[in-house]
Amino acid sequence: MKAIVNVFLKEGVLDPQGKAVHHALGSLGFDNVTDVRIGKQIVLQLDESDPVKARKELQEMAETLLANTVIEDYDIEIVE
Amino acid sequence: MKRLQVSILQFPGTNCDFDTVYAFKRLGHETTLVWHKEERLPEATDLVVVPGGFSYGDYLRSGSIARFSPVMKAVQAYAAEGGKVLGICNGFQILTEARLLPGALKRNDNLHFISRHQHLKVISTDNAFLNLCTEGEVLNIPIAHHDGNYFVDDETLDDMEKNGQILLRYCDAEGQPMVVNGSVRQVAGICNKEKNVFGLMPHPERAMESILGSEDGSKMLEGFAAV
Repeated sequence: MKAIVNVFLKEGVLDPQGKAVHHALGSLGFDNVTDVRIGKQIVLQLDESDPVKARKELQEMAETLLANTVIEDYDIEIVE
Repeated sequence: MKRLQVSILQFPGTNCDFDTVYAFKRLGHETTLVWHKEERLPEATDLVVVPGGFSYGDYLRSGSIARFSPVMKAVQAYAAEGGKVLGICNGFQILTEARLLPGALKRNDNLHFISRHQHLKVISTDNAFLNLCTEGEVLNIPIAHHDGNYFVDDETLDDMEKNGQILLRYCDAEGQPMVVNGSVRQVAGICNKEKNVFGLMPHPERAMESILGSEDGSKMLEGFAAV
């Protein structure tokens, strides 16, 4: 099973990298960008066929290591 | 002054371990280097120092992988019993990841690695670390970090201010607040509510001799032996 965990800084936590990229896009003439957030995508291969079990385990992985929930949110996608 | 047994942790990628040994030896203390695979701290430990560097290459987030090293379980237990722990730079990041200190350290707001001498204002001295400093005093200590942008929610920060948990703030030579890396309210160093776990981004162990630009660091580190 393939799964993707996306990790982003929480809303309200200033994202310095997103801000810098937003600024750079503006100077390239992309004036219609209103916000940029930069995150991480963690792609995992799991030896697990039960998506419910997998999701539970992925949530535990995200809470303990993959995201720092003091500043970050995450979402989990089970791809195949 | 008391002669302390200082245990200094080493993770793969730690690079301030020997500077820290030098600093505490210079103050007349005994030091032991403790490899991250160790499951116990030396018996007579008076102070654990988590030194600076780039543990595990700063992969994922600075300090996020080191916090799960075997030795960190021993540090958690040691801190829970009231043992004193000091995290410097990457050590500070490891202690926040381990939830031994509140908040988190994000990428500097200007995205640069900042390496230079920096003035710091002493905020709280009612603790085992900064008791030889005076409130409002301006210190000059090197900083060298990419992820020093301290963040904690406003409510927690208000509580920390009330409890005397804010130890140091970035400032200019006159003690006026200075934005260095985007930290909330210019926070450079903090402690936990129980005041036995300390963390700061600046490097006191690099400010031990005036010939190297400042000896303000020795006044800070000496505090642990004065209580």
